[in-house]
Amino acid sequence: MDNITQNLQGVPLNHYIWLSAIIFSIGVIGVLTRRNAIVIFMSVELMLNAVNLLLAAFSVHNNDPSGQVFVFFIMVLAAAEVAVGLSIIVMIYRNTQSTDINVLNRLKW
Amino acid sequence: MEQLLILLIFLPLAGALVTAFTGNAAKYVALVSGLLSLAVGLIITAQFVPDASTQFEVNVPWIADLGIHFHAGIDGISLITILLTNVLIPIIILAAFKHEYPKPQSFFALILFMQAGLLIVFTALDAFLFYIGWEAALIPIYFICAIWGGKDRIKVNMKFFVYTIAGSLFMLLGIIYLYLQNPADNFEIQAFYQLNLDAEQQGWIFWAFFIAFAIKMPVFPFHTWQPDTYTEAPAAGTMLLSGIMLKMGVYGVIRWLLPIAPLGLNDWGSTVMVLSVIGVVYASLIAFTQRNAKRLVAYSSIAHVGIIAAGIFALNAQGMQGAIFQMLSHGINVVGLFFVLDIIFSRMKTNTIAELGGIAKTAPKLAIAFLIIVLGSVALPGTNGFVGEFLLLTGIYQYNIWAVVFAGLSVIFGAVYMFRMYQQIMLGETNTLTAGFRDIQGSEQLVLVIICVLVIALGVYPKPFLHLSEASVQQLLEQVNQKLTSVK
Amino acid sequence: MINLVWLVPLIPLLGFVINGLGRNTLSKSLIGFIGSGVIFISFLISVSIFLALGNDPVKSHEIFLFDWISAGTLQVPLSFLVDPLSSIMLLIITGIGFLIHIYSIGYMHDDAGFGKFFSYLNLFIFFMLLLVLGSNYLVMFIGWEGVGLCSYLLIGFWYTNSSYATAAKKAFVMNRIGDLGFLIAIFMIFTTFGSIEYAKVFPQVAELMPGDSTLALIALLLFIAACGKSAQIPLFTWLPDAMAGPTPVSALIHAATMVTAGIYMIARSHILFDLAPVVQHLIAIIGLATAVLGALVALTQTDIKKVLAYSTVSQLGYMFLGLGVGAYTGSFFHVITHAFFKALLFLCAGSVIHAMHHEQDMRHMGGLRKKLPVTFATMLIGTIAIAGLPPFSGFFSKDEILAHVYEHNQFMWGIAVFTAFLTAFYMFRMLFLTFYGTYRGTHHAEEKIHESPSSMTIPLIILAVLSAVGGIIGIPEVLGGHHWLAGWLSPVIPAHGSALSHVTEYMLMAVSVVGVIVAIAYAFVKYVKQSDLPVADQGKRSALANLSYHKFYIDEVYDLLVRRPLDALSRFFYKVVDTKIVDGIVNGLGWSTSEASKGIRLLQSGNIGFYIFMMVAGIISLLLYTYLSL
Repeated sequence: MDNITQNLQGVPLNHYIWLSAIIFSIGVIGVLTRRNAIVIFMSVELMLNAVNLLLAAFSVHNNDPSGQVFVFFIMVLAAAEVAVGLSIIVMIYRNTQSTDINVLNRLKW
Repeated sequence: MEQLLILLIFLPLAGALVTAFTGNAAKYVALVSGLLSLAVGLIITAQFVPDASTQFEVNVPWIADLGIHFHAGIDGISLITILLTNVLIPIIILAAFKHEYPKPQSFFALILFMQAGLLIVFTALDAFLFYIGWEAALIPIYFICAIWGGKDRIKVNMKFFVYTIAGSLFMLLGIIYLYLQNPADNFEIQAFYQLNLDAEQQGWIFWAFFIAFAIKMPVFPFHTWQPDTYTEAPAAGTMLLSGIMLKMGVYGVIRWLLPIAPLGLNDWGSTVMVLSVIGVVYASLIAFTQRNAKRLVAYSSIAHVGIIAAGIFALNAQGMQGAIFQMLSHGINVVGLFFVLDIIFSRMKTNTIAELGGIAKTAPKLAIAFLIIVLGSVALPGTNGFVGEFLLLTGIYQYNIWAVVFAGLSVIFGAVYMFRMYQQIMLGETNTLTAGFRDIQGSEQLVLVIICVLVIALGVYPKPFLHLSEASVQQLLEQVNQKLTSVK
Repeated sequence: MINLVWLVPLIPLLGFVINGLGRNTLSKSLIGFIGSGVIFISFLISVSIFLALGNDPVKSHEIFLFDWISAGTLQVPLSFLVDPLSSIMLLIITGIGFLIHIYSIGYMHDDAGFGKFFSYLNLFIFFMLLLVLGSNYLVMFIGWEGVGLCSYLLIGFWYTNSSYATAAKKAFVMNRIGDLGFLIAIFMIFTTFGSIEYAKVFPQVAELMPGDSTLALIALLLFIAACGKSAQIPLFTWLPDAMAGPTPVSALIHAATMVTAGIYMIARSHILFDLAPVVQHLIAIIGLATAVLGALVALTQTDIKKVLAYSTVSQLGYMFLGLGVGAYTGSFFHVITHAFFKALLFLCAGSVIHAMHHEQDMRHMGGLRKKLPVTFATMLIGTIAIAGLPPFSGFFSKDEILAHVYEHNQFMWGIAVFTAFLTAFYMFRMLFLTFYGTYRGTHHAEEKIHESPSSMTIPLIILAVLSAVGGIIGIPEVLGGHHWLAGWLSPVIPAHGSALSHVTEYMLMAVSVVGVIVAIAYAFVKYVKQSDLPVADQGKRSALANLSYHKFYIDEVYDLLVRRPLDALSRFFYKVVDTKIVDGIVNGLGWSTSEASKGIRLLQSGNIGFYIFMMVAGIISLLLYTYLSL
C-alpha cells in the first residue's frame, strides 16, 4: 500500500490541479453555453468530478484520508442530485415537450 | 409597588383582548377598561413621591442572552405623559360612542392595544423595550386609519406608515450602535447615559434619534404626512395621533435624545432650533387660508409642536417644564378641537369652513365649549395653553431673543386663524345646511364638559402638575449640563 | 379690610358663573339684580378698602393668594397689590361699572341675550379688577388678555351679524399684537431682574442709569402693548369698529375702563419709563399724533357712536401725550375724568339710540331736545366737560396735561391745544345735530320717540354730576386748590409741581378756554343757525373732508399691506412650498425608489443561462478580488 501511495505522490501535484481546473472549466463552459438541460446536468457532474479529483489528489499528497471521505460524500450527493434533477427534467419535458432551458423563463418580474 | 406598573401596562392589553370578543357591547367594555386604567394612573400619581427618582420600577430579564430586560419605571416626566394617556383614552373612547363603526369590537380593542404600546413607550427604561413599544403603538393606529378612515385613507395611510417606519429605522440603528458601544452588553438607559462617546459619534446618534422623533412630532420639514393623515383618519384616530402619539416624539427627545447625545445637541441644537421656529411661523401662516377645518387644526398642531420642540432645545428649566406641561394641555386642547369638528362633521357631513356658519345660533352649548377650547389653544391666560406656552416662550427667550420673537408670532397668528375659523363656523347667520343643527347632548356633552373643565382647571391651578415633573426635569438638566461642561 | 381684597374680583366672578349658568332659566329681573348686585358689593368693599388705605400709614399691601406658575427660578404667585393707584382704579371700575350695569337693565331689556350679556359684563369686571390688582406683570397680563376676551365677546355680542363678528375678531387680533410685546417685555424683565414682581423689579430699576438700552427696549415693548390695548397709532383701528357692541359695552369697556389699561400700566411702571427718555419721547409723539388723527376723523363722522369712538381715540392720545411728557398724575387724572364724561356721553348716545329704535345716523336725528330732556341735559354736561370749559371736570385734567406739555415742548403744546379746539367743535357738532334743529326722520318713527326708563336716566344723572364736579379731586394750586389726587398718588407716583409761573399758567388756561368757546360758537353757527347737514354717503365732499370721512383709508392700507400679503404668503406656502417642495421631496423619495425598482427588476429576466452566467461572473470577480487584495 505504501508503494502505491508513494507512486501516486511521485506525480507532481500541479498536474492534478491543472487537470481538474481544465475539467472544471469545461464543465462551467458547458453549463454556460448549452441550452439542453441534460447536457447542463452532465456538465455539472463534470464540475463535481473535477473537485473530487482534486480532493483525492490532495488527500494522497498530504497523507490525510479525510479528503477522500469527502469524495464519497460528494458522490452520494451527486447520485441523489441526479435522481431529483432528472425527475425534474422529466417533468419539464412532459409539460413543455422540450428540455431547452430558455423556454423556462416564466419566473421573472 | 411594582405591581402597579405591571397592572398599568397590562390592563389595557387585557382590556383589548376582552373587548375584541364582546361584539356590540365593545364600547362599554372599552370604556370600563379605560376608566380602570385611569384609576390605576391616579393611584400611581397619589403614591408618587415628587422627587427625581425612578419609582415603581420593574426589571425582569426578557431575552437574557442579548441583555434585554423588561425594565420599566416612572419618574415625574413619564408620570405626566402617563396621566395624559390615561385621561385621554377614556375621553377618546367616549367621544367615539355616537359613531356607528362597523366591527366596533376591533375598533375599540385597537385603541386599547395602542394604549398599552404608548404606556410602554412612556415607562420603558430599556432601549429595546422602548423600541418595541414605539412600533407596537404604530400598528393599531395604522389599522384604525386604514379600516375606518376617509375615502383617501389607503394612500395617505401608506405614506404615514412608511414615513414613520423609515424614521424609526434610524432610531433602531442608533440603538444598535449604542448597544455595541456599551461594555455592559445591555440596553439599559442608564448604561447608555454613561457611555463616553465623542462629539462626532454623538452627532450621528443625535440625528438618528432626532429624525425618528421629528417625524413623529412632527417638526418642520418632516411634517407633510401629518395634515393628510389627520384629515383622512377617523375622529378617534386623529385624536389618538394628535393628542397622545405625537407626545411620543416629544417624550423621546427628553428621555433619550438629550441625555444620551448632549454633545450632538451642542453641535446641532441651533439647527434644530431654527427648524422648530421656522415650523412655528410656517405652519401658522399656512393655517391662515385652509378651507378644511381639520386640516387647519392639523397645521396649528404643527405650530404648537414647533414651540414645544424649541422650548426643549432651549435646554433650561422653564422651556423643559413648559414643554412637559404643554404636552398635557396640547393633548387636551387638540382632542377637544378634533372632537368638536367631529361633531360638526357627523351632523353636516362636511368640514369645509366656507360651507358652515351660524352654528352658535342653533347650538349655543357647543359654541361655548368650542370657544373655551379655542381659547385654550390660543393660550389665553387662565387656560391650560397659556401656562405651557408662557413657560416655553420664557425658555426660548433665554436661548435667543429672535427665536422668541418669531415663535411668539404664533400668539398673534394663532388668534388670527383660530378666530377666523371660529367665526366662519360658529358665528354669522345660519345657512340652509346649518339651520337644522342639533345641539350637543349625552356623551358629547359629557366629553366637552370634561375637556372644558380640564382646560380651565389646568390653567388656573397648574402647580400640582408642574410640581410632579419639576425634580426630574432639574435632574435631567443637571445631567445634560454636566456632560456638556465636562467636555468644555 | 385690605386683606379681603380678593373678594372684590371674586364676587363679580361669582356673578358671572351664576348668570352664565342661569342665563336661560333665571328671570330677567333676577339676572339684572344679581349682575348689578355683585358689582355693587364689590364697589362697597372697594370703598372701604379705599378708606382703610387712607387711614393706614403703610400705603402698599401685598396679598398673597396662591402660587400660580413656577419653574426653575421663575416663581409667579397669584397675588394682589393694594396701593393708592390700584385702590382708586377699583373705585372707578366698580363704581362706573355698577352704574353701567344698572343702565344695561333698561337698555338691554328686550334683548334675547340678556343673561349672557350680564354674565359677560361681570366677567369683564372680574378681569379688569385682576388687571389693576395684580402685584406682578403676569397677573396683570391675565387681566390684560381677559378683558380683551370680554371685549371680543361683547363686540361680537350680536354675532349673527357677520360684520360685528369681524369687528370682534379684529379687536382681539390687534390687541394680541400688543400682547406679544407685553409677553416679550415680561421675559426681558424676568431675565434682567430675576423676578416679575413690581416690588422686586422697581427698586432694581431705580438703580439703573437713564438711557439703559435693555430698559429702553422693555419700555418700548410695554408701550407697544399699551398701543394695542389703548388704541394708539398704529393699532387703533379696532376701537371705532368695536362700536358694533351694545352701547353700554362701548361706555364701559371702550371708553371708561379697558382702553385706559395701557395708561394704568405705564403709570404703574413709570420708573421704567422715566429712565427711558427716548421711549418717552416716542410716546409723546405717538400720543399727540393719535390725538390729532382721532379728532380729525371725528370731525366728519355721521354715526353718533363713531364720533364718540374717535373722540375716545383722541382723548387716549392726550393721555399718552401726558405720559410721554412725564405728567403721570395728569394723565391718570384725565383717565378718571374721561371715565366719567365719556361713559356719560356713550350712555347718553345709547339713550338716544334706544329712543330712536337703533338708529345711529345723526343725519336722521335732530330736534330731540324736547323729547329727551334728561338725556339732553346730561349730554350737554358731558359735552361741556369733554370740551374743557371750567369748572367742569375735563377742564382741570386736560389743562394739567397741557401745562406739562407746554413745559416740555411749546410746539407740541400748540398742536395739542388746537386739537382741544377741534374736540370742542366736533362734540358740539354732534350735540347740535342730534338735539337741535328739526327732526329729520320719518314721521312714523317720530311718534315712537320717548325718554328712556329711569333705570337708564338715573345713571346718566349720577354720571353727569360726577362729570360736572369730578375735577374737584385735582384742582391745581394756581386755582387755589391743592390737588388732592397728586397727594393721594404720591406714594406710587412722586408728585412734582409745575415749574411754570402762575402768569403763564393763567395765560395757557385763557388760550384754551377762549379757543374752545370760539370753536363752540362756530359749531353753533354752522349747525344750528345755518342747519348745515353732513352730506349723504355718496354726496360730494371736499378732498380733505373725504379723507377724514373715510378715516384716512387706514383700514384699507392695513388690509393692503398686512392682511393680503400674509394671505398670499399663506397660499404660496401651502400650495407651492408645502405641497410641491417639502412634500415633493418626500414623495420624490418614494417615487424614485419605485422607479428604480422598475428599472432594476428587468435584470430578473427569467433566462436561466443568464443567471448562471451572472453567478459565475460573480464568483470569478470575488476570487479575483480576494486574489488581488492579498
